[in-house]
Amino acid sequence: MIGIEHYVVVSAILFVLGVLGIFLNRKNIIVILMAVELILLSVNINLVAFSAFLGDMVGQVFAMFVLTVAAGEAAIGLAILVIYFRGRGTIAVDDVNQMKG
Amino acid sequence: MEFKASLALIAPEVVLSVSGLVLLLIAAWAGDKASRLVSILSVAAIVAAGALTAPILCAGAMGPDTIAFGGQMQVDAFSAFAKLLIYAAGIACLMVAPPFFERIGAMKAEYPILILFAVLGMGIMVSAGDLLTLYIGLELNSLAAYVLAAFVRSDQRSAEAGLKYFVLGALASGILLYGMSLTYGFAGTTSFDGIRAALSGDLSSGAMFGLIFVLAGLAFKISAVPFHMWTPDVYEGAPTPVTAFFASAPKVAALGLTMRVALEAFGGQTGAWQQVVIFLALASIVVGALGAIGQDNIKRLLAYSSINNVGFILIGLAAATPRGASAMLIYLAIYVAMTIGGFVAVLMLKDKDGEPVEQIAQIAGLSSHRKVLAACLAMVMFSLAGIPPLFGFWGKFMVFQAAVEAGMVPLAAIGIAASVIGAFYYLKVVKVMYFDEPAEVAVGKSDWAHQAVLLVSAIFISPLGYLLTGWLGDLADKAAAALFLVA
Repeated sequence: MIGIEHYVVVSAILFVLGVLGIFLNRKNIIVILMAVELILLSVNINLVAFSAFLGDMVGQVFAMFVLTVAAGEAAIGLAILVIYFRGRGTIAVDDVNQMKG
Repeated sequence: MEFKASLALIAPEVVLSVSGLVLLLIAAWAGDKASRLVSILSVAAIVAAGALTAPILCAGAMGPDTIAFGGQMQVDAFSAFAKLLIYAAGIACLMVAPPFFERIGAMKAEYPILILFAVLGMGIMVSAGDLLTLYIGLELNSLAAYVLAAFVRSDQRSAEAGLKYFVLGALASGILLYGMSLTYGFAGTTSFDGIRAALSGDLSSGAMFGLIFVLAGLAFKISAVPFHMWTPDVYEGAPTPVTAFFASAPKVAALGLTMRVALEAFGGQTGAWQQVVIFLALASIVVGALGAIGQDNIKRLLAYSSINNVGFILIGLAAATPRGASAMLIYLAIYVAMTIGGFVAVLMLKDKDGEPVEQIAQIAGLSSHRKVLAACLAMVMFSLAGIPPLFGFWGKFMVFQAAVEAGMVPLAAIGIAASVIGAFYYLKVVKVMYFDEPAEVAVGKSDWAHQAVLLVSAIFISPLGYLLTGWLGDLADKAAAALFLVA
């Protein structure tokens, strides 16, 4: 029998993978965008699982909002990335270093 | 009937969103020629929203009459106080922006509209009564802010600032959301009142995780140490009017939100978050003060100064008393005036071709050729350092007093000691301006809008500001009382 714990554990694993993806990744900014999506998906798993467990609709409504906002966020992120690529000609993470200190 | 009453309560948000959409149509139709017109209309819309908000604050509104949409929004005196500060900062940043962008040919009609939507999002943040409203407001503000940071598309530093802000902002939203999902799971509800009622007694470890994640996400947004690393880069790279906006309005909104979450939703669990807030406050004060010492770019210096100030404001939250909350609001009001004044003064520093001057070495001897500007900037620096005759001292004094009254003498003592370290770099700027060999670089003139905004903020932070202490304290007390209603 799959209980609420299983969902919460999967979601926690996905969340940690997402955070590690942002901090350990040295190659490509697109990977960071994917890691952000992973974090948001882990949140959605949590919300929907809790919603089903509690018998309360709010969590599912919340998940719909998160999906919508995540789409907008990805669009803006990619747009900024395109501007950045036009100026620099690279999207490698190690090259994002014009400002330091 | 209930729906009508709710709509009447959120009238400022309705005004802002409708005018934002109409202006977006104007911008799409008339193109960039209309950017001045759109700017003026945006200022008018924010003034209208402010006029609708002011009576709520003056009446000290609180209680069931202020709840809109079944608890989703709380339009009480606290939200009105924070909103008025946000509106003032938004108007100032709209007024000073056009000359800056027009010089580099980047003035677009979208700029005022993005500011308008960011202001709307922040208004929703501070009046949130539910995790869902909180999230929508926060994202509306953040998404507009990411675009604003990368607004000058031809400038590589601006694009890099936008990218960094986006990545870390999205991470912060993710952490915050994860915390909210755990809170929802363990409390069984997303409304602040419901969470407060559900989480009485000992916190389960799941709810504790939720609380910590929510606080960490909010700490990112207010750039408290250890979640501050994006701040200097973004503040340096973003166009200066946008930096002025980032340093003022979103700080008020995010701190207001932190107060709501900590004191309302988790108000029954003070012991659980107090230690975290004390750590955030002390770390921000110390790192903000030490990090600023080596900086030679004045925008970076002001970024560390804002980290430092957030630490002082958080001391008021650590006290977790109505006095502490009221002190935080007073500090925020003074902080907005100091920040806007500081960044507008930086905007006014330009060489004879109108190029912005940002290096501290280049403003050497500013007092010999731009006396008033140098005097205003010196006043801002003294006020940020909290040196008595200026108004910045009052904010620090109120915050420390609240901490001492709450029995946190060591916290206040460390804060005062660290503010002395902070004074070093503020005074260094004053020394460079007044006593160094004139570099004669920053000789460019600015238009009336800059001078007006700088003058208003300079008068507010001058000793004349003390005439307002009674009035400001009264309003802040009313606002703080609304926050502690359930307690």
